[in-house]
Amino acid sequence: MSAVEDVVTEAPAVEAVPKRAMTLGYGTSLVMLGLLIVAPMFVKNFIIFQLTMLLIYGLAVLALNILTGGSGQFSLGQSAFYAVGAYTSAILMEHVGMNYALTLPIAGIVCFGFGFLFGQPALRLSGVYLALATFALATAMPQLLKLGYFEHWTGGVQGLVVTKPDAPFGLPMSQDMWLYYFTLVVTIAIYIFSVNLLRSRSGRAFMAIRDNEIAASAMGIDVALYKTLAFGVSAGITGVAGGLGAITVQFVAPDGYTISLAINLFLGMVVGGVGWLPGSIVGSAFIIFVPNIAEGISKGLSGAVFGILLFLVIFLVPHGARQVAIVAQQLIGKLKKN
Amino acid sequence: MELFTNQVLAGIATGAIYACMALAVVMIYQAIDHLNFAQGEMAMFSTFVCWQLMQWGVPYWGAFLITLVFSFAGGIAIERLLFKPLAKAPILTNVAGFIALYAIINSVAGLIWDFTIKQFPTPFGSSPFLGSQLISTHQAGMIGVTLMLLVLLFVFFRFTRMGLAMRAAASLPESARLVGINTSWMIALGWGMAAAIGAIAGMLIAPVVFLEPNMMLGVLIYGFAAAVLGGLTSPLGAVVGGFLVGVFENLVGTYIPGVGNELKLPIALALIVTVLVVNPAGLFGRPIVKRV
Repeated sequence: MSAVEDVVTEAPAVEAVPKRAMTLGYGTSLVMLGLLIVAPMFVKNFIIFQLTMLLIYGLAVLALNILTGGSGQFSLGQSAFYAVGAYTSAILMEHVGMNYALTLPIAGIVCFGFGFLFGQPALRLSGVYLALATFALATAMPQLLKLGYFEHWTGGVQGLVVTKPDAPFGLPMSQDMWLYYFTLVVTIAIYIFSVNLLRSRSGRAFMAIRDNEIAASAMGIDVALYKTLAFGVSAGITGVAGGLGAITVQFVAPDGYTISLAINLFLGMVVGGVGWLPGSIVGSAFIIFVPNIAEGISKGLSGAVFGILLFLVIFLVPHGARQVAIVAQQLIGKLKKN
Repeated sequence: MELFTNQVLAGIATGAIYACMALAVVMIYQAIDHLNFAQGEMAMFSTFVCWQLMQWGVPYWGAFLITLVFSFAGGIAIERLLFKPLAKAPILTNVAGFIALYAIINSVAGLIWDFTIKQFPTPFGSSPFLGSQLISTHQAGMIGVTLMLLVLLFVFFRFTRMGLAMRAAASLPESARLVGINTSWMIALGWGMAAAIGAIAGMLIAPVVFLEPNMMLGVLIYGFAAAVLGGLTSPLGAVVGGFLVGVFENLVGTYIPGVGNELKLPIALALIVTVLVVNPAGLFGRPIVKRV
């Protein structure tokens, strides 16, 4: 074989999703929002906690969706960014005594920096290579967190306990409910930011890179900048989610952020539909509630149920929840005509 | 000096395992251009099968052979059932498929054999090899089995019709089909062989890391590091990479203070990222040039 390989015309790594198809219409969005606001008023505290986690994982899946569905880059290492966010919040709250709400933007910025830096070497990688590097990052993260040097700050293997915040201004609601609404506000803000990001100049640049990197660079897009930017934004959002997660679970420990978390988030994205932002919440619901159901069937089987469902999704509905939503929309359209 | 020699030899011994894993990864990468993230779990499952056979009273080498046949058939079955239909799908779908396979195998192994750590016997014993204190017989056995495997593979790919057909199918599928090679089955065969090679790696490393469902994660990451270092397109590179990574891991662990067992995985991460950034084609791989 000669040193230079002949033409390699590859199909894009991720199927192209048109920009319009990435979001929901206003009507549907408002209905969803209404449901999310009303939901916790009728359920027990534990379910409110689960709903909060639903929003938090939703954010993390959304972040991955921006990276993969938007700019066409893979990451099997989102758990690492989630962990950095969680630890940043926890350390700032417990060692510095900062207000929990203020730690979130800091967690976001720290993770943005971390993601941006990791995006630098990742620049030269695409497809499977990137998946590989991020996979290694996710497996290495728990060991880094356990490291003796940082033990004073991170608590080593033991982890850190985080105090749960009370509702401010003497509002008559439980801690869980307050935390839910707090998370909801953050989630909505980030969702709106993401939608606008993908509609902006930068978003179009991401998508151009996703669909054809070389053509994008020929159009004058700074490929290196936008690819690392996508990594940074995605890591930043994941970091905020991680911070919220730390506050909600009240505990951070290295073994909470293993490769299985990264797999779950990836799975959530595939189930929700790659590149469809509202699908993130569907994917998140999947990764939170399916393990419970699976554990109910047989202890320790959740991995197998996950895997099998993932294969079913790949084979039957490769576009995930987006495809289901489109089919449902068409059905409703037909019913209206009749 | 003795410490140095000792560490290098021990590194070569674990490197032999990484070489096997890397070889398995490269075989599938050659065939379908995807990294098999479930390779380690497949190897782990095979090792458990071997352990189970021995629990039932099958002698070591009998269990070893049955496991190889089982893994070979299992690898082919996985390809036929799950990955053949995905051949034309985007990379993302394939990565998702491998991740799903990883989760399924890990969870099923945990369900059948639970997560307690089990002893795995070695057929070579663990006394000092040839009376020297430098290396144990098991380590020597690991190196020996790997080298034998390499020779066998080399002979297979170089001198048999089947090996030639597999090489043809991997390098130019279209032309291979035109001369009458069933490329689809060649891919399945590659999967079967990769699964069997992985099983050998699993059975050899199990006495060292002990048998449990998560035992191969670290080994797999090092196998990936080895494959990347050697170049993902080169089986020879994978093997050389495996030995280099094994020695590197041991030397770093011995001579750089603060890097003990707990930093094993971050070192592999650093290695992968460095190689991919500095020289993505690896030591022996072909650089790939893309056009619009």
